[in-house]
Amino acid sequence: MNFFIRTRKRLSKYLNAFFKKRQSRIGIYGPPNAGKTTLSNRIVRDWTGDALGPVSEIPHETRRARRKEGVTISNQNGNTVTIDIVDTPGVTTKIDYQEFIEYGMEKDDAIKRAREATEGVAEAMHWLREDIDGVIYMLDSTLDPFTQVNIMLVGIIESRNLPVIIVANKIDLPDASASAIRKAFPQHPVIPVSGLEGNNMEELYEKMLEHFG
Amino acid sequence: MIQGVQIDLISADRLEKMTTMEKIRLILDDVIEGNIVVLEKGLTPDEQSKLIEITMLEITPDGFSGIEMETYSPKDAGSSGGGLFGRLLGKKSPGTRMTVIGPANQMKTIKKDKDLISAWVSSR
Repeated sequence: MNFFIRTRKRLSKYLNAFFKKRQSRIGIYGPPNAGKTTLSNRIVRDWTGDALGPVSEIPHETRRARRKEGVTISNQNGNTVTIDIVDTPGVTTKIDYQEFIEYGMEKDDAIKRAREATEGVAEAMHWLREDIDGVIYMLDSTLDPFTQVNIMLVGIIESRNLPVIIVANKIDLPDASASAIRKAFPQHPVIPVSGLEGNNMEELYEKMLEHFG
Repeated sequence: MIQGVQIDLISADRLEKMTTMEKIRLILDDVIEGNIVVLEKGLTPDEQSKLIEITMLEITPDGFSGIEMETYSPKDAGSSGGGLFGRLLGKKSPGTRMTVIGPANQMKTIKKDKDLISAWVSSR
């Protein structure tokens, strides 16, 4: 009898290990300077006390995807979700090192930053195709959302049937317009936030529980 | 001799016979030469993703700085092609549309609306 119990327990352990679903990896995507790392840091800090990476006003500060494993988000009703947050480099179709020189960088540093940025964009696209289970798509709500990169990326995300939340960031700025983003992407939930000030993060966390749970 | 920019219009028939990598190489080789490429039928989302990735690998300092690409928003998968039968079979139509691709340092979008794209192109 003991033999059967032991065998059943062992089999159950193997089956659990085999079928155990890994934590969903939620990629924070968007064009450069939308505030992806600021929001990633805010989420990770709110729920784990850590941070993911440095931020800068010079575009392409994040040139490697960074992952924080096991971020557990919960609400007062007892709903929880544990996810990996992946902060990704800003996606674009063009990078010219001259842009960084305009921010006061030396030529050699600007060329190095541009090279690393191109690798980062390629890496972000690869993650999206292979390793991402859901997306927070970040947009700067002071800018026109109707750009080719945004339309293309949202199209790529939709074609992979990934759950997506669009974040209209920088609502603390006077020119911000979350309604323009809602108009551009009516098929997806749009949550206005300020990653920098931490405004309206509760609504984003509720939506994350609903979408990624 | 006429000075200007070469524009290559590639038909949907030709694109349909090509693999993803053949399409991407055709586009990038042409654009790196300083030409404008017009695709009668656009790329699928997966092809667009690979085009961005390979474009990044081709960028060089003081050389090719990337692409400018414009297309209309994709038509709703349910309303473009495939029809009810296609949808019943789970066939998804990406609804790709005419697309213009050019070198980022020569082509600039002036205005983009739902149904009108206005771009400016300079010679090298």
